[in-house]
Amino acid sequence: MGDLAISVSSGTLQRARAPRRWREWAITKLIQLNAWLALAFIALILVFVAREAVPLFYEPASQAEVGWSRLFLPQHYGTPDAPLPYVWQPVSTEPKYSLMPLFLGTLKITTIAMLFAAPLALAAAVYTAEFAPGWVRETVKPAVELLAGFPSVVLGFFALIVLASWLQRAFDFDYRLNAVNAGIALGLAVIPIIYTVCEDALGAVPRGLREASWALGATRAETAWRVVLPAALPGIFAGCVLGFGRAIGETMIVLMASGNAAITSWSFTESVRTLSATIAAELAEVVFGSPHYRVLFLLGLLLFIFTLLLNSAGEWMIARLRRHLTGRA
Amino acid sequence: MKKMARGLLLLAAGAALLAGVSRQGLAQGRNITVKGSDTMVILGQRWAEVYMSRNPGVPIQVTGGGSGTGIAALINGTCDVAESSRPMKDSEKAEVSQKRGKPVVEIPVALDGLAVYVNEQNPVSELSLEQLKKIYTGVAKNWKEVGGRDERIILYGRENSSGTYVYFKEHVLENADYYPTTQTLPGTAAVINAVARDTRGIGYGGIAYGKGIKHLRVRKDANSPAIEPSMDNVMSGAYPISRYLYWYLAGQPAGDLKKLVDWVMTKDGQSVVENVGYYPLPEDVLTRYAGGPAKQAKAKSRKSGVK
Repeated sequence: MGDLAISVSSGTLQRARAPRRWREWAITKLIQLNAWLALAFIALILVFVAREAVPLFYEPASQAEVGWSRLFLPQHYGTPDAPLPYVWQPVSTEPKYSLMPLFLGTLKITTIAMLFAAPLALAAAVYTAEFAPGWVRETVKPAVELLAGFPSVVLGFFALIVLASWLQRAFDFDYRLNAVNAGIALGLAVIPIIYTVCEDALGAVPRGLREASWALGATRAETAWRVVLPAALPGIFAGCVLGFGRAIGETMIVLMASGNAAITSWSFTESVRTLSATIAAELAEVVFGSPHYRVLFLLGLLLFIFTLLLNSAGEWMIARLRRHLTGRA
Repeated sequence: MKKMARGLLLLAAGAALLAGVSRQGLAQGRNITVKGSDTMVILGQRWAEVYMSRNPGVPIQVTGGGSGTGIAALINGTCDVAESSRPMKDSEKAEVSQKRGKPVVEIPVALDGLAVYVNEQNPVSELSLEQLKKIYTGVAKNWKEVGGRDERIILYGRENSSGTYVYFKEHVLENADYYPTTQTLPGTAAVINAVARDTRGIGYGGIAYGKGIKHLRVRKDANSPAIEPSMDNVMSGAYPISRYLYWYLAGQPAGDLKKLVDWVMTKDGQSVVENVGYYPLPEDVLTRYAGGPAKQAKAKSRKSGVK
């Protein structure tokens, strides 16, 4: 577009255009380069992690110790009268690498975190967007966003020392450090993320929609529940997906508050071991290039791929919802 | 735009300069690097502090990361001393001589006893090694099976990156697996904290004192007396779960490093050990290091771990 500018000061049109056009081109290319660079970093990280993990499936040393079946299928560990089909104990005379307990642990903790955080965050967002007077919104919104800056290690510490004791006294758990404890602490970390995105989504709903609803005689609550919320659904969903992604990858809180026991059970009141905590706890001491090392990188790769798929699915759902809502409305 | 470009250029030049300077500092090689066991890192730091205050001009760098990390650094040549709370494996020793061209020198520098903690409200106060094995492998699941209340036993342990985990597994569990419900915590302090808050808990770790827990007396087998994990019992070898803490070097030390190691193995150096919470080496081990006569048999039998 720069070359369409006409220099009025003198008659030398050609020379006035060229340097400006050149500068435009350089700036555009620089911005493009930055965008590609961001993508390149992600791709390179994926390549690095995959490069350390993939030899697991063809290297003879690794194949002897661990393979697909040992990672995913039930084995004959334990004793005949007390069989344990899935055991994660890589430092042992017979290393055991069942991933099931880790997957289950991650799933349990993330579920509890989302069940705890999403309703609270959404309710808070609806309140500040629809019901709160101006001065309340001005105080609450920055306060919740400040909560996002809370270091996760502090939340983990709080859960380990204080929350675990409260919960054990209230519910008489067998295990003091369990999935519920870590899940709630994780929920606290995830609330600000869901809140911020939901609040923005609710705020982006055009005022006209609300006014039309009120004009037709609906109360504030009815409007909020039946008009504004459905209109903001794509954004709310996006907030939940972001929160879920954060919950899956969070390491410090689960490392400190979940007990880290690789148990395969559906009980939420037992200790759990997550993928992220396993990597964090074990990578420091593992021998470079050993099967254990490769399995840990495989865990990292799985986390990476899963989060990627999750975010893509979230994006797709959001696009569909958006088409649905704008199509109908 | 021009200002920004100039600013960026200055920043880049500054960064390059810093990188060059720090690289040069490292390449000087006059400092002694000690790396390894988290169990021993405070001890290493305390030794370094005392030594450096008396011998300025020899910087000593101490970092943790785990016994395995220290050994890996020794193999790669990125440290002078590897601190380890477990003995080095033969395969690791072979790698050192292969990669660094010098044989490994193993020096026991302190003693540590592994204590088993229970909550102070737990009526059980002594257990045998066999009962401990049954508890941690999940065979005994209830306190009443070992003389306590009718309650489930809640197991606490360390992460598998810890030398303490490996030591307990080899010498108390006799290489059996920990039961999957064993909760893993990042350090001795965390284990003590967890057991202090859980009346049904049991945990293990270095001998350290904390509010709310008590140490169990351990008997070697059903007929032996139950021994308290005290300094005298660990030093004399009476307490069954005691181990050496090691310094590993590549090749015999020389120059500043030799002076440091020699000092650590004197009574003066060993006095630091007690302040940190471990146990100093008995006389005969120190004299043996210094080249004097020693009660060889006693020292050898402890090396294997459980007596």
